[in-house]
Amino acid sequence: MLDHDVKYLKFKTYLNTYCPHCHAGFNVEKKDVNQIELKAIYKGEEIDLYLSPYLDVFEIESSADIAKDGVVDDLICPHCKKSLLNKEVACGECGSPVAEVIISALSGLIPFYLCTKYGCEWHGLTKRDERRLKLKIPRQDMPEQDQTLRVHNFQEVPYGYTTELALLEAGRCLQCKKPLCVEGCPVNVPIPEFIALVAEEKFDEAAKKIKETNLFPAMCGRVCPQESQCEAKCIMGVKEQPVAIGRLERFVADYERKMDLVKVPIIKENTGQKIAVIGSGPGGLTVAADMRQLGYSVTVFEALHETGGVLTYGIPEFRLPKSIVQFEINFLKELGVRIETNHVIGNIHTVDELLEEFDAVFIGVGAGLPTFMGLEGESLGNIFSANEYLTRMNLMKAYKFPEYDTPMPKGHKVTVIGGGNVAMDCARTAKRTGADEVTIVYRRSRHELPARGEEVHHAEEEGIKFKLLTNPIKYIGTDFNTVKGMECIKMKLGEPDPSGRRRPVPVEGSNFELETDLVIVAVGTGPNPVIFQSTPDLKRNKWGYVDVNTDTNETSKEFVYAGGDIVTGSATVIEAMGAGRIAARAMHEKLSALRNKNTKKAATSKQ
Amino acid sequence: MFQIVRKQEMARGTIIRFDINAPKIAKKVKAGQFVIIRVNETGERIPLTVADKDPFAGIISIIFQVVGKSTALMRSLKEGDLIKDVVGPLGRAAEVENLGTVLMVGGGTGVAILHHVAKAFKEAGNNVISIIGAKDLEMLILENEMTQISDELVITTDDGSYGQRGFVTQPLEKYLSERDDIKLVYAIGPIIMMKNVVKLTKKFNVKTMVSLNPIMIDGTGMCGGCRVKVADETRFCCVDGPDFDGAQVDFDELMNRNSLYMKDEKDSLLFSIR
Repeated sequence: MLDHDVKYLKFKTYLNTYCPHCHAGFNVEKKDVNQIELKAIYKGEEIDLYLSPYLDVFEIESSADIAKDGVVDDLICPHCKKSLLNKEVACGECGSPVAEVIISALSGLIPFYLCTKYGCEWHGLTKRDERRLKLKIPRQDMPEQDQTLRVHNFQEVPYGYTTELALLEAGRCLQCKKPLCVEGCPVNVPIPEFIALVAEEKFDEAAKKIKETNLFPAMCGRVCPQESQCEAKCIMGVKEQPVAIGRLERFVADYERKMDLVKVPIIKENTGQKIAVIGSGPGGLTVAADMRQLGYSVTVFEALHETGGVLTYGIPEFRLPKSIVQFEINFLKELGVRIETNHVIGNIHTVDELLEEFDAVFIGVGAGLPTFMGLEGESLGNIFSANEYLTRMNLMKAYKFPEYDTPMPKGHKVTVIGGGNVAMDCARTAKRTGADEVTIVYRRSRHELPARGEEVHHAEEEGIKFKLLTNPIKYIGTDFNTVKGMECIKMKLGEPDPSGRRRPVPVEGSNFELETDLVIVAVGTGPNPVIFQSTPDLKRNKWGYVDVNTDTNETSKEFVYAGGDIVTGSATVIEAMGAGRIAARAMHEKLSALRNKNTKKAATSKQ
Repeated sequence: MFQIVRKQEMARGTIIRFDINAPKIAKKVKAGQFVIIRVNETGERIPLTVADKDPFAGIISIIFQVVGKSTALMRSLKEGDLIKDVVGPLGRAAEVENLGTVLMVGGGTGVAILHHVAKAFKEAGNNVISIIGAKDLEMLILENEMTQISDELVITTDDGSYGQRGFVTQPLEKYLSERDDIKLVYAIGPIIMMKNVVKLTKKFNVKTMVSLNPIMIDGTGMCGGCRVKVADETRFCCVDGPDFDGAQVDFDELMNRNSLYMKDEKDSLLFSIR
């Protein structure tokens, strides 16, 4: 018996239909018409019936008038004249008999049922077959810039989905009742809901849906590690490939922005309370937007001359166009958020001084202190931290040197140490600035590379070489104190460490020399000391980051909250946004309670 | 935007002093701290130590030597012109306390930074002895200012055109061997000068602080370009310094690192001329 709990097809796919008996096709394709042609018996007469091949519209034309709610007696294949009725299945809507046709829509052949009652638009598949049908739509790739051309420019690599591709991809979503993808998302974006809206071509509504929990989908769609978050949990990924949630997110956000549909939301009545946000990275921006919308007056302090934090100085233009970052920041300004650049908190104002003027403070300064490995020769010229390299390139636009004054680090044989997104960014930037050869040196194997899959893939496409299971142990310099080589040692994977990853151990005697004239060290970052130097009573955890109550993200100082990398150590953009959101919620609760208490007090004192 | 309220050319126009209207910074900046300046959209971020401040007028003073494209660009600015970005104060302030007698040694443009530190030590009640040096009389800066805050002042020039002939280390050695009440030496100037001062004070076992000026991009602890080796550890000048105990600083490494961008500086200058 078939499972009768069948559903409408929710996606727009052109269907090829065949007879289950003779396997001849029903589709007729004439000049302007594109139809499915069947014969039917109605009131004893044979009539022609034409259906739309887009079964979500399901229009019927017939050669004779069929009364509304009239049920045809039989449906017949025009080729072999056999009846198509299937007595084992009934219409899921009205219970009338159904006809069976075989469809192939980017899939194998699957039985598909049509109700025989005129006016009833039910048509369906069994749940199992619906799933099979969707699985067979392959995950859609984004069109990208040609790989030989793009290594000569800084323009964004993927162009993003077209409407057609987005619809096709959205059609792959199974609309699970208990969506695991939402659990996988640090800010719990209502993923199935927004994808359903995409499938219905309501792109603007889809964007607004995402923005209920994630304010910056255009950025998250581009830089989130989806494959270890939402897409990792996608059921489609078990047998096939997961739904490309990130790409759809990017599509709707870009659509909303390009079509000029972004609207400044209604801001709640002014609470009279003031919030200071330290750092204009993803965490800080989230707090600023949330609190402003709740009616607080918000000031964001940024240490650099440009806003955006890691989004601006860290992630390169070809991965996250700066125009998008600035668009989002302009949006904040339109909300009424004040932004003060060139303000290093800790120096120009201390946190305590901020607390005198503001009702609450959010610390989102990131973990910007670069880590060096302490190797011999590390002070040689042309050895850079990833932060310095990327800051020069992205923030100071050194790739336009000498038009811009900041010198660009150049090398013919560039080596990047590390395997994360930052390492990929450095390597691909080096390639774009004319390096002949770029090699990534990473101490574990390819499987352990912490970078996003897409970034590794892009790097490989662009001709970046990978020296895996390799660790540097010493730098070798020229007479002019610049680097000319690196002594490395081969590694092998040993026992798993507490994090579950297999610990790399050096292979004795496998030392070799790698020729290189520019080294970029991308092995992570630590907490910046400035905020701690001036706020000695801010409690730190054993790793040196800010210690917070994880329910509220409040620190050991009352009314001082923190979130993002300065709490967790190097993590992701979306996790910082999630932390900002938690802090904003807690801040709002606490400040609202305070406000209510004060108004009550004022009321009683008046009496 | 930050306005230049006063411009003064010194030392044949190769050393320039700007008084900049930056009230917030003027209120906060302490001796030894620096600011980063970006003149315009395409400009570099240039770290410059604050030579003086007037918190009431909201003015900070910076003194710089014209060495490359960016400083040449800065020289072309006039009184009343605007600077795009000034961020600060950055770095840790000099630790100033009343120690009794302190010896201040400055060379070249380093005298500008030394002035702010020496002033702070004077205000803290110390007996301040200063030795300042320059190539020749014309390159000597801040003589009057240093005279005002020093109890004793010795001037040296390399060619003997003014003051004593020779380097700052000669009067320094004399002081160290004649007086045993010197609690601290502060040396600010060219790396080679600081290196030689430290060599000397080590011999006399007098604690010596130096102010370093490595290559720097952001000045907030982010880039690591300003890394220096102090007591065999990698430290960042912008957040751990710029002042360090001279006896522990690896000066040779610093000298190598600071000479790395010579060619780029030349390319950049040539580009700006074209």
